[in-house]
Amino acid sequence: MRNRLLSRSITGGVAVAMLLALAACSSDDDPGNSGDTVRIGIKFDQPGLGYKDGDTYTGFDVDVATYVAGKLGYSPDQIEFVESPSKQRETMLQNDQVDMIFATYSITDERKELVSFAGPYFVAGQDLLVAADDDSITGPDTLDGKNLCSVTGSTSASRIKEEYSTGTNLLEQPGYSECVTALTSSTAGTVDAVTTDDIILAGLAALPANKGKVKVVGNVFSQENYGVGLPKGSDQCQAVTDAINEMIADGSWQKALDDNVSASGYVPNAELNPPTPAACG
Amino acid sequence: MSGARAVSVLFDAPGPRTRRRLVWINVASTVVVVGIGLWALVRLNAKGQLDADLWAPLFTANAWRNFFLPGLRQTILAAGISIITAGVLGLALGLGRLSASRTIRTVCGGVVEFFRAVPVLLMMVFFYLGLGRAHVVDPAQLPLVAVVLGLTLYNGSIFAELVRSGVHGLPRGQREAALALGLRRGQSLRLVEVPQAIIAMLPAIASQLVVILKDTALGAIITYPELLQAARRFGAGHGNILQSLVVAAVVFIVINYLLTRVADVLAGRVGRRTAGRARTEPPGLAVDAGRPG
Amino acid sequence: MDGDYLERYRSLFDQFDVVAAFWVNIQLTLAAGLIALVLGTALAVMRISPAPSLRWAGSTYVTLVRNTPLTVIIVFCVLGLWGQLGITFSDDFNRNFFWLAVLGLAVYHAAFVCEALRSGVNTVPVGQAEAARAIGLGFVASARLVILPQAFRGAVAPLGNVLIALVKNSTVAAAGSVAEASGLMAEMIEFRPDVILAIFFTFAFGFVLLVVPIGLATTSLSRRWTVAR
Repeated sequence: MRNRLLSRSITGGVAVAMLLALAACSSDDDPGNSGDTVRIGIKFDQPGLGYKDGDTYTGFDVDVATYVAGKLGYSPDQIEFVESPSKQRETMLQNDQVDMIFATYSITDERKELVSFAGPYFVAGQDLLVAADDDSITGPDTLDGKNLCSVTGSTSASRIKEEYSTGTNLLEQPGYSECVTALTSSTAGTVDAVTTDDIILAGLAALPANKGKVKVVGNVFSQENYGVGLPKGSDQCQAVTDAINEMIADGSWQKALDDNVSASGYVPNAELNPPTPAACG
Repeated sequence: MSGARAVSVLFDAPGPRTRRRLVWINVASTVVVVGIGLWALVRLNAKGQLDADLWAPLFTANAWRNFFLPGLRQTILAAGISIITAGVLGLALGLGRLSASRTIRTVCGGVVEFFRAVPVLLMMVFFYLGLGRAHVVDPAQLPLVAVVLGLTLYNGSIFAELVRSGVHGLPRGQREAALALGLRRGQSLRLVEVPQAIIAMLPAIASQLVVILKDTALGAIITYPELLQAARRFGAGHGNILQSLVVAAVVFIVINYLLTRVADVLAGRVGRRTAGRARTEPPGLAVDAGRPG
Repeated sequence: MDGDYLERYRSLFDQFDVVAAFWVNIQLTLAAGLIALVLGTALAVMRISPAPSLRWAGSTYVTLVRNTPLTVIIVFCVLGLWGQLGITFSDDFNRNFFWLAVLGLAVYHAAFVCEALRSGVNTVPVGQAEAARAIGLGFVASARLVILPQAFRGAVAPLGNVLIALVKNSTVAAAGSVAEASGLMAEMIEFRPDVILAIFFTFAFGFVLLVVPIGLATTSLSRRWTVAR
């Protein structure tokens, strides 16, 4: 009995030591020395952009991240995807929880105070998702008397009400999928339009279950430069920028877009896409 | 069950006329219930919500291995941690409320009353946003920490009340006997009264577990990846969010129903091991149901 | 606490209408409370009635509803009842969600009202029911004239607890697109993180102010109304 206990505690001790060693390794690796793994923050719940389906990750953000990581010397199995909800993104970079973030992350001046950005790798814009046979909604100023759905606490819906159509009815739901479910229910008088960035809407529209039922209006009324979030002062910016340029040049960027969000016929704003990543520094 | 006793004395054994009338009532109520159900099903069917391709993905290995079971594990994890931490906090606060020192009694009483009155959701939102800004918690663990803190503070004060009412519910003779043996008041509390109170509490704790388990679903609002959130994510990717929420609800109902049964069985068993009164409170309400001190 | 902090805290109330948000919670509570009381009483009568089908329907309702998270019920009301079945309660878009949330809260708490009343029925001595039968009252008459009036008196404390839970659970209406206190708190923390603690305690004490009087009132009522035996 005592022996078994002893051997058990030895095994336990060894296991703990190994875990510690592992932990030490993974926290040591600076992004850049192509050591063990790279931790990339993505969305887990946005089909078409970043979606976790069991052990596989799909979406445009995931494909761009995989490509960029590849150029930095990380094979796909060296990538560790981490969920980064919108509200946690700056914190996760500041606390060294992730090495980089590809999560519909708009480059803004306020965020630049806290983190660094490479890119943009895509220029999105606020847009509307409507029923496939709805021609009455063509833009944000055609929403008077219509019912508009957005996510609780997001500013995109209130922007429409304040700046474009004051007679818009706002419905707030926990997620965009709830909005789309209400949109596709085809009951008169429920939801007429869903609003957020066009590529996010396109990702939802591209789902097999929504096929042929909804369309992205294609009249963007804001500009969101999706960048790669990096820790403040990171030396990775140039390498990431080069990788994005390469991805756009060799056609992988277009392919990633086609694979993930184009199924509903969505075409990104051609004047701004593909974008030219800004200079680092 | 006491309900059955009340039922049996409320009306006479039915005679032939009443029996005929009962048959009609049975038929009528069946028609009403089935009618409402059918109406909803027909309407849902017209909207295509009963289509097989919306339901089929829910019964695949992928749905369960990658969404519902991991979600359920997170639900149970949060509930499990919370019930332990709430138990410890509840014991401390409960002892505080029984303390000989007036100050400690008042402070603990204030804490208990405060956290019983504040909605759990409000606490979770506050801890989620507040701790996030204070940068004191690993962001990956933040939702779990916020959920556990909210549940601990609320249920801890519920348990404190259980401890207190459990001790008050003991026959006076228990304390008198302990004091007669030469134990001091604190010793009597620690060695005689509280252990019996806790045993008398066990069924109520099991019922409270139902409350905790259900309240973890509030965590979905602050991105904690519990069962409801997992169902939502699955629905997001497969365009069948209503259907996957139905599955999540059924899982909740089954687990909570089983827990309620366990609580009932415990109440029957435990009664013999304490001088106090073992009782299961109606589970579920996010409040201590009927435990007036 | 320095004057500057107090000044910044005070400015919150120019920026946000906290009282209006709490008023929504109060309205939700009152409306849902009334409906839950009626529905819960009906359920309790069903559960003690002589008709097996009614007893079964009542207990199935209670088992299903009280084991389902309230969040799920509210989401079903919005996405299912309104989104799919097209049920509306008001022509005003936002008011409609208010009533859907009221319905969800009422349906949920009716199960607990029913259980509270059943515990009240158990406080009524057997002799009362026997006496009622002895003077020839049928089930409906004895329930209405003898059992329920006493059961309500005996159930004041648990009913008060249901009401307290309802006040607090009215925050879950946020999941159904109703702008109420918890949603406003999240928004305020988002925009004014400089006074985050003060914001939380403002809302927390708001609920203490709502809940504690209910507790005190039901305790004193239940004492006053206890039938001397």
